[in-house]
Amino acid sequence: MSAPLRASPRTRARWIAGAVSAAILILTVAASLAIGSRAIELHEVWLALTGGPASPEAVAAIVGLRLPRTVAGILAGISLSLAGAVIQALTRNPLADPGILGVNAGAAFFVALAVGVFGFTSPRAYVWFAFAGALVATGAVFLLGSLGASPARLVLAGMALGAVLAGVTSIIRLSNRQAFNAMLAWEIGSLSNTDWNAIAVIAPLAIAGGAIALAISRPLGVLAFGDDLAQALGARLTATRIAGVGAITLTAGAATALVGPVGFVGLMVPHVVRWAVGPSQPWIMALSALVGPSLVLSADILGRVAVPPAELPAATLTAFVGAPVLIALARRRSARAI
Amino acid sequence: MKTEERAARRVHHRTAAYWTMAAVCLIGGIAAVGLGDYPLSPAQVISAMLGADGDFARTVVVEWRLPRVSVALAFGAALATSGALFQSLTRNPLGSPDVIGFATGSYTGALIATALGGSTYLATGGGALGGGLATAIVVYALARKDGIDAFRLIVVGIGVTAMLHAFNIFLLMRMRQEVAMTAAIWGAGSIGLIGWDRAIPAIVALGLLAPLVGLCAPALRQLELGDDAAGAHGVKVESARLAVLGIGVGLTAIVTAAAGPIAFISLAAPQIAKRIVRAAGVPLLASALLGAMLLLAADLVAQFALPVAVPAGAVTVVLGGIYLVDLMIREARRLR
Repeated sequence: MSAPLRASPRTRARWIAGAVSAAILILTVAASLAIGSRAIELHEVWLALTGGPASPEAVAAIVGLRLPRTVAGILAGISLSLAGAVIQALTRNPLADPGILGVNAGAAFFVALAVGVFGFTSPRAYVWFAFAGALVATGAVFLLGSLGASPARLVLAGMALGAVLAGVTSIIRLSNRQAFNAMLAWEIGSLSNTDWNAIAVIAPLAIAGGAIALAISRPLGVLAFGDDLAQALGARLTATRIAGVGAITLTAGAATALVGPVGFVGLMVPHVVRWAVGPSQPWIMALSALVGPSLVLSADILGRVAVPPAELPAATLTAFVGAPVLIALARRRSARAI
Repeated sequence: MKTEERAARRVHHRTAAYWTMAAVCLIGGIAAVGLGDYPLSPAQVISAMLGADGDFARTVVVEWRLPRVSVALAFGAALATSGALFQSLTRNPLGSPDVIGFATGSYTGALIATALGGSTYLATGGGALGGGLATAIVVYALARKDGIDAFRLIVVGIGVTAMLHAFNIFLLMRMRQEVAMTAAIWGAGSIGLIGWDRAIPAIVALGLLAPLVGLCAPALRQLELGDDAAGAHGVKVESARLAVLGIGVGLTAIVTAAAGPIAFISLAAPQIAKRIVRAAGVPLLASALLGAMLLLAADLVAQFALPVAVPAGAVTVVLGGIYLVDLMIREARRLR
């Protein structure tokens, strides 16, 4: 808190944490391009990427499949971790996560409506439904929060909302099996079926959401001191909240439209980063945007090799790693107080 | 004089509520047997049940539809009773086996049993019981930290459920395709595919547990008053709690082994029943009756009210989730 006096060692530590995160991200991106069900030698991977003389199969596998998949993983990772950081700051709830609070389920439900009821199957059409769903679910969460719900109740309410929406989604899915045939991978939160078409539509919106989130990181940090003090410190509460809801809607909606409902990334990443860089919201958010993609890509890579010849969806692995974090947070004494 | 009158009226109301719920179960059950592609009036249903062998109506009623309806009633009652036991034990309306993850754990246990090659009801049932008990122990151990706090119990339950759910997907993907397909249908919580061969052992097992529930009911009433009060009244607190836990997990595991995880009946039924009979604690018998009604209704909606038949579990999730949202809003209002 007394930043100016202790600035230099802490700042240096933060820059080191940032450099390490960036290095890990570069490694995971490389691994994501190199590892897959088809074994391709590393120099051939490089040739395929740089347009050199590689075999057509290698080019098809790497440029056609692994590259869009990697880009989707990066976008989803940035979006989900920033959504988590914003929602944790806005609700002052350490257990908040777009997955746990039902925002992803809301987006997924609206996408299911678009595909199953209205017959839109192109990402260009259904991405808007994802945003609408994310917005409605975020609104519901904040409404409950403003009614005086404690962090624990917010988590429960989110879980309830998520369960209702997932139930309705599965009913829609089961009653219109045909429309969802192309979206099997999406339903289970897997990156295996992403294509450039969807990325081209969703990327600009995801980036816009991420930019808003990063831009309001400073006032978001001030919000942690409570409304009165934050106002005294010059934060514009209403403007920050509106921008925050907008950022959550764009990021969580974009990630869900792209890769399906993936949970726990937004919960885990900001906590891990906070542990490394301390309570500075701008640093937490900047580094979350670097760590999130590494997490989603690692989950995806592990899923590719875990159960050959099948693939384990990334969402399964993030849940398996993320749920213990939720349990650990619940066991912490401060989880109740915040 | 006035209080006596009020007390008498309350008893009267309660008796009427019990009889009404029992009547709804019976009449609803008979009407449900009549529904389908070959519709039968209630009178036809009853005469078919009493009728001679070989009659087509009798085959439809006894062989095709009766297993499903009796399973809906019995399983609904079992799940609700299990929920009532846990809610009494945790003294929390949200402390039900599905929220805390026992149902998902039972499913994991049953999947492991299936993966190891046991496809009989006994093997999956044993797996489900083991999985449910192990999950119960893990969740309680993780949530314990100078006593059990309801909030921590529930969040730990959500976390453990998420992990087990992920693990279940992993198991399903490791299995052979045809085994995995059966397991996945079962995982949606469907009671439509249960014939007498599965229904009878499950109903018998539930019937064996029912008197045990009755036996531990007085101790449970004492436990609701708090550990100290119960101890002062001569209840062995720890062993009573263990017995209730075992019976509750057993009820959920038997149902899960036969039908897959059917969520939210155990959460919602006891609280709704409590409101209907205006009881102070969580009423066991009323919960069971209401649970039977709810699952029967959910199964009818799943079969007939939607464009395509879906598993009953999908409907109970929706109904129960709406109930939970309503509960949260109510609580939030009260806090304000």
